[in-house]
Amino acid sequence: MAEGLLKEGIVAGRLPPEAYAENFGDLHPPLDHHEALVESDRCYFCYDAPCMQACPTTIDIPMFIRQIGNGNPLGAAKTIFDQNILGGMCARVCPTETLCEEACVREAAEGKPVQIGRLQRYATDTAMARNRQFYERPAPTGRKIAVVGAGPAGLACAHRLAMHGHDVVVFEVREKSGGLNEYGIAAYKTVDGFAQAEVDYVTAIGGIRIENGKALGRDFSLADLTAEYDAVFLGAGLGGVNALRAEGEDADGVANAVDFIETLRQADDLAALPVGRRVVVIGGGMTAIDAAVQSKLLGAEEVTICYRRGQEHMNASDYEQDLAAANGVAIRHWLQPKKVIAEGGRVAAIELEYTALRDGRLAGTGEMLRIEADQVFKAIGQSFDAAPLNGSGNSIAMENGKIRVDAEGRTSLAKVWAGGDCVADGREDLTVSAVAAGRDAAESIHRALSA
Amino acid sequence: MADIRNNFLGIRSPNPFWLASAPPTDKEYNVVRAFKAGWGGVVWKTLGEAGPPIVNVNGPRYGAIWGADRRLLGLNNIELITDRPLEVNLREMKQVKRDWPDRALIASIMVPCEEAAWKAILPLVEETGADGIELNFGCPHGMSERGMGSAVGQVPEYIEMVARWCKQNTRMPVIVKLTPNITDIRYPARAAKKGGADAVSLINTISSITSVDLDDFSPEPSIDGKGSHGGYCGPAVKPIALNMVAEIARDPETRGLPISGIGGVTNWRDAAEFMALGAGNVQVCTAAMTYGFKIVQEMIEGLKNWMDEKGHATLDDIIGRATPNVTDWQYLNLNYVAKAHIDQEACIKCGRCYIACEDTSHQAITSMVDGVRHFEVMEDECVGCNLCVNVCPVESCITLVPLAAGTMDERTKKKVSPTYANWTTHPNNPMAKARVAELAE
Ligand SMILES: Cc1cc2nc3c(=O)[nH]c(=O)nc-3n(C[C@H](O)[C@H](O)[C@H](O)COP(=O)(O)OP(=O)(O)OC[C@H]3O[C@@H](n4cnc5c(N)ncnc54)[C@H](O)[C@@H]3O)c2cc1C
Ligand SMILES: Cc1cc2nc3c(=O)[nH]c(=O)nc-3n(C[C@H](O)[C@H](O)[C@H](O)COP(=O)(O)O)c2cc1C
Ligand code: SF4
Ligand code: SF4
Ligand code: SF4
Repeated sequence: MAEGLLKEGIVAGRLPPEAYAENFGDLHPPLDHHEALVESDRCYFCYDAPCMQACPTTIDIPMFIRQIGNGNPLGAAKTIFDQNILGGMCARVCPTETLCEEACVREAAEGKPVQIGRLQRYATDTAMARNRQFYERPAPTGRKIAVVGAGPAGLACAHRLAMHGHDVVVFEVREKSGGLNEYGIAAYKTVDGFAQAEVDYVTAIGGIRIENGKALGRDFSLADLTAEYDAVFLGAGLGGVNALRAEGEDADGVANAVDFIETLRQADDLAALPVGRRVVVIGGGMTAIDAAVQSKLLGAEEVTICYRRGQEHMNASDYEQDLAAANGVAIRHWLQPKKVIAEGGRVAAIELEYTALRDGRLAGTGEMLRIEADQVFKAIGQSFDAAPLNGSGNSIAMENGKIRVDAEGRTSLAKVWAGGDCVADGREDLTVSAVAAGRDAAESIHRALSA
Repeated sequence: MADIRNNFLGIRSPNPFWLASAPPTDKEYNVVRAFKAGWGGVVWKTLGEAGPPIVNVNGPRYGAIWGADRRLLGLNNIELITDRPLEVNLREMKQVKRDWPDRALIASIMVPCEEAAWKAILPLVEETGADGIELNFGCPHGMSERGMGSAVGQVPEYIEMVARWCKQNTRMPVIVKLTPNITDIRYPARAAKKGGADAVSLINTISSITSVDLDDFSPEPSIDGKGSHGGYCGPAVKPIALNMVAEIARDPETRGLPISGIGGVTNWRDAAEFMALGAGNVQVCTAAMTYGFKIVQEMIEGLKNWMDEKGHATLDDIIGRATPNVTDWQYLNLNYVAKAHIDQEACIKCGRCYIACEDTSHQAITSMVDGVRHFEVMEDECVGCNLCVNVCPVESCITLVPLAAGTMDERTKKKVSPTYANWTTHPNNPMAKARVAELAE
């Protein structure tokens, strides 16, 4: 019987025990003091800095970098947290290559942007390691706000409301808080339990109570919340997963990429986590890349991402694609899944059809490809699950399957705001966008309550 | 949280960061932007006499030198005092002071060296509500050819005379701005004090030529093929300014005379250093001209953070704290022995320390040990000069570690003495014996 890497099927322990810690170590190790100084020296302190404009939370990047360079990392951390209380997580998970660092003038000048993300981590790590809190809660206003979901949007909203002296109760269906920071982000981006440490850091301001295990739509309705609280913020993220629409999709060995990642993030022992020998991931975004790379790091021998359009259409950034390639993941384009081929109820291969653009529309060409696989991950996007909102009072207006909001995060219902992945606000589904939405909605709630 | 409110000659400002008299303070538009950004005060761009305005060159006014990444290290300028009509400046100053009562507004003045000229302008300035005046005896170019600026600042008797005229003709506090283009800064400072000045500010710019165009052999900045010396400022001049501030702060004749520190202040640390050496506040020009007014926020936050970390509650806790530690060479402890130490973990093996020590100093660093590239200090050769520390590209990689009393100095083969002993009593000093005899008498 073949062992380890070559073992057929979905099995655990493909790698020597010591390999896991190495494979799942920090993707971007922290800068040490010297590196941070050298890097901060590269920043030009631009006027109306393009990097800052490209940051969804508009952190004053030139200022915090100058503060690092002048030996004041705590001041730098405050500059960051003033705009983005989850600046620590964002420093780790933001696709900086398509945000601040893409806009950095030194990217234009010499193709080497200032490493803003890593500098941000240097500053926020310094403050968090010293447990330095920068905000004091003012005298309570007596106003109570309910937040649904303890993901980045909910946490950012709760913190900003607490800064204004309001009392916040966060209802979170899961056992742990953090949302996808805890359950979704790739393991090598946020090592050493950072997500929970950050939840503690954010809630340390006081005035925020998180009730884990409490679900909207199961334990209470939206109407209950609006009756009992002065305002409600919905930050429930995306609960649903899009279907593959391929024949045989329910065979054993076919799974949602997000579920796989969640299991991985919660695993105490990665060596005990089973993975296929040949893994196929369907999709072209960050989730597809994360599922593929982490499968590879767990010891899968062959990992292939199949995307139905071309390289230039992929949602995953060039950097993410390079990361996959560097980890030995093959990315194939212009292929759409047709049929999961099972043997004895278990996946044995997947059949895909080549695609092409015909008059601007994607169409199958009729030519087929078969890839052997013992595990198939679906990463073709998540959707908003509106069910928990229904069945109580007026229904909330939707747009493209998500909650409709205005520029301040107000929904169609009085007293109800929303933000993050669950809304249609034109922002990208990113941690940092969720933070911005939560923060801005909190300001809007505060304005409304103070009016 | 540290309180950084500043009280200089009774002039109050929310922080000790003032903009120096220069283009950033030339008109209401700039000054209002500066106050919005958070600057504590401004010294308005130097005013001249009423009458036809000053003219400036219409070509380049600035030259510069740069460090890596074109970081501006030194700026040179041939700009004159304000080229806007006096009435316009006075009107704007009055408006700004009315709109921003909590910020300091000082008028910088330069008029001919005749009492009548000063008598004429002082009441006009007083009428604006300005908090004080600064006498510009510093400008080293252009104006000095007309008998003003550094032409006055280089003659202590003139400084004393003009300061006295001003004190006699205005109730406003008088600050004398000193030129560094002299051999001993204590003389002009003493003259200012004798004339009754309330404070001195320094430094103004240093006479300089930044570069020469090697195609047409014109000094730069080049105006149609010719150049004139300009005034040098920016980070490069800070060490010169710090020394001059310290000299005045510790001179028995001027000790206690308030000082506004100027020259190369670019971040909170520079400001803290000036204040530690005795400056009551600081003025900034080049840093604002390089990065914009927003940098003051870094200065404010950085200063507060440092004061909090060190437990300094107010500026009085830091002003002048380093002054007593500035002394003459002859009083330095010759029994203090330190040796360079290289942190092998931090060393990137560039070899700069080695070649600096080997070629130009004391041959006290290895380059190869057992056939391997390896840089290590040989304690029996190291004189503790600090050169390697300064040429090493990695911060804190080489440190100078003092030897504890009683340990062996491998170079001199003598034990480090626990007692302080300086040159005045050193056996090699021919004067020492005479001194001992003198003391015995
Ligand atoms: C696999 C994966 C990898 C990703 N990687 C990155 C990355 O590297 N960088 C990046 O910027 N973004 C990444 N993202 C996107 C990012 O994680 C999301 O955009 C972000 O988490 C959205 O925040 P949110 O607060 O809106 O929602 P979520 O993080 O989803 O949080 C919503 C919270 O609400 C709770 N909830 C849901 N329904 C209810 C209910 N009915 N009652 C009570 N609580 C409820 C959920 O349990 C959850 O805790 C990734 C996403 C995925 C899926
Ligand atoms: C372009 C320019 C113009 C200046 N004009 C004046 C002036 O009119 N009056 C004056 O007292 N000092 C003038 N200065 C000197 C500055 O006030 C300041 O003393 C000097 O630049 C040193 O400070 P810094 O290193 O922060 O620039 C000028 C400096 C520059 C760069
Ligand atoms: S764009 Fe780049 S160089 Fe400019 S401020 Fe931002 S990080 Fe600094
Ligand atoms: S800085 Fe402004 S005034 Fe000066 S040369 Fe450039 S554009 Fe002209
Ligand atoms: S200069 Fe510094 S880094 Fe270079 S070899 Fe010497 S100790 Fe090492």
